[in-house]
Amino acid sequence: MTMSRRALLAAGAGAGAGLLAACGSNTGRGGGGSGTELSQWYHQYGEPGTEQAVQRYAAAYKKAHVKVQWRPGNYDQQTAAALLTDSGPDVFEVNGPTLDQIQGGQVVDLTDLLKGVRDDFNPAVLTPKTYDGRVWGIPQVIDMQMLYYRKSLLKDAGVEPPATLDALVDAARRLTGSKVKGLFLGNDGGAGVLGGTPLYAAGLQLVTEDGKVGFDDPAAARTLGKLHQLYADKSLLLGAPADWSDPSAFIQGLTAMQWSGLWALPQIQKELGDDFGVLPFPKDGGQGKPSVPVGAYGAAVSARGRHKEAAKEFVRWLWVERTDYQEDFALSYGFHIPARISLAKKAGKLRSGAAADAVRFTTEHGYAQPLLWTPAAQTAYQDALSRIIGSGADPEGELRAVVRKVAGELDRVKKKS
Amino acid sequence: MRRRRALWFWVFVGPFAAGLTLFTYVPLLWSVGLSFFDAHNTVTPTHFVGLDNYTAMLRDGAFVGSLKTFLLFTAFIVPVTYLLSLSLALMVNRVRWARAFFRSVFFLPAACSYVVAALVWKMSIFNGVRFGLANTVLGWFGGDPVAWLSTTDPPWYWLVIVSVRLWLQAGFYMILFLAGLQRIDPVLYEAAAVDGARPGWTVLRHITLPQLRATSVAVVLLLVINAFQAFDEFYNLLSDARGYPPYARPPLVYLYYTALGQGQNLGLGSAGAVILALIVAVVTVGQARWLKLGRTDPDG
Repeated sequence: MTMSRRALLAAGAGAGAGLLAACGSNTGRGGGGSGTELSQWYHQYGEPGTEQAVQRYAAAYKKAHVKVQWRPGNYDQQTAAALLTDSGPDVFEVNGPTLDQIQGGQVVDLTDLLKGVRDDFNPAVLTPKTYDGRVWGIPQVIDMQMLYYRKSLLKDAGVEPPATLDALVDAARRLTGSKVKGLFLGNDGGAGVLGGTPLYAAGLQLVTEDGKVGFDDPAAARTLGKLHQLYADKSLLLGAPADWSDPSAFIQGLTAMQWSGLWALPQIQKELGDDFGVLPFPKDGGQGKPSVPVGAYGAAVSARGRHKEAAKEFVRWLWVERTDYQEDFALSYGFHIPARISLAKKAGKLRSGAAADAVRFTTEHGYAQPLLWTPAAQTAYQDALSRIIGSGADPEGELRAVVRKVAGELDRVKKKS
Repeated sequence: MRRRRALWFWVFVGPFAAGLTLFTYVPLLWSVGLSFFDAHNTVTPTHFVGLDNYTAMLRDGAFVGSLKTFLLFTAFIVPVTYLLSLSLALMVNRVRWARAFFRSVFFLPAACSYVVAALVWKMSIFNGVRFGLANTVLGWFGGDPVAWLSTTDPPWYWLVIVSVRLWLQAGFYMILFLAGLQRIDPVLYEAAAVDGARPGWTVLRHITLPQLRATSVAVVLLLVINAFQAFDEFYNLLSDARGYPPYARPPLVYLYYTALGQGQNLGLGSAGAVILALIVAVVTVGQARWLKLGRTDPDG
């Protein structure tokens, strides 16, 4: 079949128009129609049923038509880019908002939504969403990480669950054999996932409350050096087919202990029954204390949205008023701790066994990445940690350079406030 | 008639020219402009900072480290792929039987995607547990399992990155060399034989390689471009949800995180992009001079 030039041009013009329409229109806002239309973005959750649940919550809201977008891929990058334009979401969940997003006026102040209930939100996750006393994101659910250990393997080796970092290094060495490694901290030896956790375990912080570098202390180098000891002892499982966030290596018996998230608990329980326990990251040194990292996606409102007040009203309805939905979202699909203290306390699934321990660790030892900890500071610290653990770089020298970089970043962000 | 031709010219070329201007040149110039401003979370900044973003980027260990990684990668992968694909082409060209079979065997990996190959390398061949293929072979000889992708001393991860790229690329360049070899006039070899040149290194050096010069220029150019664009295998072999280890982070990825990730520092990211573009330009010009591109062949 041949095609005339005219037909080809017409087809090309049609395809071009279609392409342009496809590029420009898929913002999820909708257009025209009666009533307010709100666009709400979520990152793609792995747990089945979550998407249907948020669609159901949105459909139940009567004051506006809420259109949910479920976005796979690099969600944080997508939202960050969308906030620069006015075609982004009205309401979006965010692993933040970041300080730059707040200082850049990209998100709306949500302080008044928490009137009367602010104390009911877990401070560990509300604090990093608070800047200048104002709240910029409403925490949805809490995720935390902890150390899983196989009771039977520890018992066979005569090893007690480690309460200090030295004991962890020793236990990992003793539990390592020809077929089983002592500890799995991720395929990079823990540099990526542990982040600031060892510093908190040494009694330090990433950023102090008055906005200074929180680990300009010899204890930091000492503690991070012990992580290299784990690597040098060959006690760490490295290069597992699935990384730290997946409990496969632990379940398959490739490692006696694994650092992973609360989300892995139901799967581990199903496979191992009672043959496992959980611990916080063990303390190090006289000033040290156990630590567990906590994080929370929060609901934020875009400052460039066309319906900011309506969007705020929807966030109040879903993440402050409708506690039944919040509980459902936290516990019916994946396994998370509700951000509201009152909901976490009464949730049946979290009241016994390892889950109850996890809730206790979160309350007693939880720390969240501070708002002043910028992505540039994170990269510098993470790279240094990687060199210390894997290459045996001198912790003191590496940390000196990181302290300089972080101090510069803190000066930069404080100048803007 | 001429007006009508001009009209058709713009009908066909106009949309592409407009697209090129709108989506390439304007953002490019805008980015160069942004590199002189403090542009956190905005593409319309007001605070001019001069060359501060450039000096910050050149002092940034992560960015400089990523540049070094890629220069090292390019310096290694280009000559090795060149030599391997040329050797394969010379071998396959001399094969007297099952020619098509050997050509297909070496070319087939080119049909496999980088993503699939990288995942096979990562999860089956070079995983760090005892049942990975490489570790199983090591085990036969009494060796301990090696964490191929997590070990920097010695840097075994290079073996994984380089081997996957060689496996995927060598066959493709072999085909280019084969085409070049088949264009060489057999009379040249016959004349050389008459003059007493023995087949082997002398013929290769004085007849085959000079005759392959045009193909070699194209192959080296493609190899350098591909090496600078390397991303898929780095991403699939070494990155995780939290990013890349410092020893294997592509510079463009670092700029992407700086400018478009949570960093949202578009001024700094733009400065890095300009620096990277300048480096690529210098390498390209140097290479063009070395390969004598664009010069008229006095014999030609």
